[in-house]
Amino acid sequence: MSSNAITIPGTQIQARPWVDELHQWLTTVDHKRLGILYMLSALLFLVIGGVEALIIRIQLMHSHNNFVSPEVFNRMFTMHGTTMIFFVAMPVLFGFANYLVPLMIGARDMAFPRLNAFSFWLSFLGGLLLYFSFVGGSGLYGAGNAPDVGWWAYAPLGARAFSPGHSSDYWTLSLLVSGFGSIGTAINIIATILCMRCPGMKLGRMPLLAWLYLVQAGMVLIAITPLSAAQIMLLIDRYLGGHFFDTQAGGSAVLWMHFFWIFGHPEVYVLVIPAFAFLSEIIPVFSRKPIFGYPVMVAATVAIGLVSTSVWAHHMFSIGMNSYASSFFAITTMAVGIPTGIKIFNWIGTMWGGRIQFKVPMLFCIGFLFQFLIAGLTGIMQAAVPFDWQLTLSYFVVAHFHYVIVGGILFAIFGAFYYWYPKMTGRMLSETLGKWHFWLFLIGFHLTFDVMHIPGLLGMPRRIYTYEPGRGWDTLNFIITIGAFIQAIAILVFVANLIISYFKGAEAGNDPWDAWTLEWSTSSPPPAYNFATVPTVASRRPLWDLKHPEDPDSRYE
Amino acid sequence: MLARRTKSSVCSGWQIVVLLFWSASALGAVGPDGAPGHGTNIFSPASTPAKSIVDLSAFVVVITGIIFAVVFTLLTYTLVKFRGRAMDAGREPAQVYGSTQIELAWTIIPILIVVVLFLATARVIHAIQDVPEPAGAVDVIAIGHQYWWEFRYPKLGIVTANELHIPVSDREHPTPTFLQLLSADTDHSFWVPELAGKTDLIPNHPNRMWMDPQRTGIFVGQCAQYCGIQHAKMLLRVSVDREDDFSAWVRAQQKVAVEEAGAIEGWRVFERNACMNCHAVDGTPADGRFGPDLTHLMSRATIAAGAAENTHDNLRLWIQNPSAIKPGSLMPAMKLSDADLDAIVSYMETLR
Repeated sequence: MSSNAITIPGTQIQARPWVDELHQWLTTVDHKRLGILYMLSALLFLVIGGVEALIIRIQLMHSHNNFVSPEVFNRMFTMHGTTMIFFVAMPVLFGFANYLVPLMIGARDMAFPRLNAFSFWLSFLGGLLLYFSFVGGSGLYGAGNAPDVGWWAYAPLGARAFSPGHSSDYWTLSLLVSGFGSIGTAINIIATILCMRCPGMKLGRMPLLAWLYLVQAGMVLIAITPLSAAQIMLLIDRYLGGHFFDTQAGGSAVLWMHFFWIFGHPEVYVLVIPAFAFLSEIIPVFSRKPIFGYPVMVAATVAIGLVSTSVWAHHMFSIGMNSYASSFFAITTMAVGIPTGIKIFNWIGTMWGGRIQFKVPMLFCIGFLFQFLIAGLTGIMQAAVPFDWQLTLSYFVVAHFHYVIVGGILFAIFGAFYYWYPKMTGRMLSETLGKWHFWLFLIGFHLTFDVMHIPGLLGMPRRIYTYEPGRGWDTLNFIITIGAFIQAIAILVFVANLIISYFKGAEAGNDPWDAWTLEWSTSSPPPAYNFATVPTVASRRPLWDLKHPEDPDSRYE
Repeated sequence: MLARRTKSSVCSGWQIVVLLFWSASALGAVGPDGAPGHGTNIFSPASTPAKSIVDLSAFVVVITGIIFAVVFTLLTYTLVKFRGRAMDAGREPAQVYGSTQIELAWTIIPILIVVVLFLATARVIHAIQDVPEPAGAVDVIAIGHQYWWEFRYPKLGIVTANELHIPVSDREHPTPTFLQLLSADTDHSFWVPELAGKTDLIPNHPNRMWMDPQRTGIFVGQCAQYCGIQHAKMLLRVSVDREDDFSAWVRAQQKVAVEEAGAIEGWRVFERNACMNCHAVDGTPADGRFGPDLTHLMSRATIAAGAAENTHDNLRLWIQNPSAIKPGSLMPAMKLSDADLDAIVSYMETLR
């Protein structure tokens, strides 16, 4: 199929004036363009959230530093967390889902193209709303001009008594709006995967990526809805005299914590399951072997999805739950490590006996494997509840979840960019710049987040804008800050690579990695309708069957 | 197995070695006032809850260290052994789709590990959290306020702030301290790492924690749950006193403030400037509860919840312009004249 795909050059698009081109992008309902828009908006917010992280790190470089005021520091960590989770990680992962799922299951678009566009614009405008708080939140004397309540906005800090003005309202509304966008996209992904597969693509023949996004989208529906409900309750408290979380009037602060974390923990898996999906596509191709234990991988993902909905209170071990509740959430949390461990072993099984090619996408996936292993093990430490009474709310937990989100998820996202960029643009990303990006980011990452565990063990709480000298934290924080800047340089190399390669990269052709899934059978970039003729598949690796007619996978199913 | 101590976990991985190196460097810290100082290292416990946590954590660190070593080795071996070579150009390796036996093995072994870890964890949760309060225990009500701590000893009739005094507890005559944790406004968390794990102070949700320190000295910590602008400077000092020192401190704290002749002028300023709306001075009409009780202010080593040492100059600066020490503190700048300021500081200095 790769050899005889019909390539339609996009000349009619290039001839348009730029206003028309812009109009096309703004009104598009094409899943590929929406996917790219998701990614571009995520990159924009990544840079903004990254600058906020650097401000935090400069302030913490040494004790009693005065780079920013406590008010600004508190806004920075609130905005950094909210931005990175809701306006970087979620959109970029939805972007890949949008771009890849229809192509990989042989469909011509998502099930609901207009809902798709609507969801993207809701998410993006949610992000703009959050940042508009810098302008719209100011005015009232003594009130902050951007949210400063932490990205959990624990009650009653978010109540009007403690958060006057409108900064918290921007936070609430932006999460509510982008949450509706996420729900729309999740419905769309589920409908697409269940209803739009090409002939022959049974559920058991879907690429693992499609399977994992199916589970992820289901989890989005479970996770985002309680968050949206809680945001509405908070708005009722703030403006309609409600008392859900108003502790001065008998409301419950703990209720908010439950609402937030019943979103917050599944959310971690909402973010990491797509990362698993990227690995499950990239590792086989660069090991030249099919994924090891496909049915087990699917089962493990479903198991993670189910178990991860009953672990949320492990974020709350210090709130004084009774010992039975603590024990319950300890065992569920440890149990989620079992299917996760199975996945890591299956990726090793995939590489075992293969011929591993250390191209840049694979390098990022290998980085993921090592770092996610460590992140999982520090997670087990925190599941040991009494140990967590010391670790939670300290820099240890900050290091742990950055290990998951940066060392795991972001590494996988970078791998995915290097792997699918040729499909999206028709040009390869530079391997040289890619290796610079990888090694710089790897060094910066470890300098920052390996070291960051230690101040936590030495008693440094998170979210403090300054600290006392003489506690053994100064040198460590200085090293952490240096690492953060190295990561920032690596991100600049990455952005430069994206831009330079777009104009000067080598031509990719349809199938630069000699891969096996359907997206590589069409041209790069694919035409608006994806496939000139809807493909028919007979196995999990349709392109393997085409390339090896003497030994097709379909023979073993 | 649970009885293992931190030192025995040194060999379980390079991370632990690095960690202990830094732990050791922090142990050398000395308290600011020359008192036997303690750091904030969670692996240097001085009280039973903190010790049980270290024992459990050593066990967990050893198990996770072994898992790390095994998977790390396997992963590295795979990457080196099966790296692509120039000579296999074009040829694909054997296509293997899976193996039920292997999948079963790497499912069952983790399940067993999880069961062991869970049992060890559940035991320690119960041992720390479900301890009944013994008869000789000291009761303290700790109330979190935006950026300071209020401590009340209901049995002893003492109210103080920011610096908790508790008796040392020896094995023959245990005198543990049981804290009831309340909050007056937002969420806070009581964390003195060498004495116990942290427990939150949540409005409308009373909590409980206990500690039985076996060493005397000043133990430091701070609020661990983000509570607003000055979360960072909501520091905690726990003075663990010898039995007789503690009794002496209790007797001193139980006295009402003595009005000294030279301080009348300062009291007048205190009375006139709304200070008494927020602060209490026992034995006078001042009974505000919004700010710290000042009856024995001079018995404390620090002011502003540990943000500054309790010296003449700092007191003066604090009353004149609290933001200079702690921006965002809820104490207003009183804008006093120099004469009033001097008078009120001299009055404060009589509150011993």
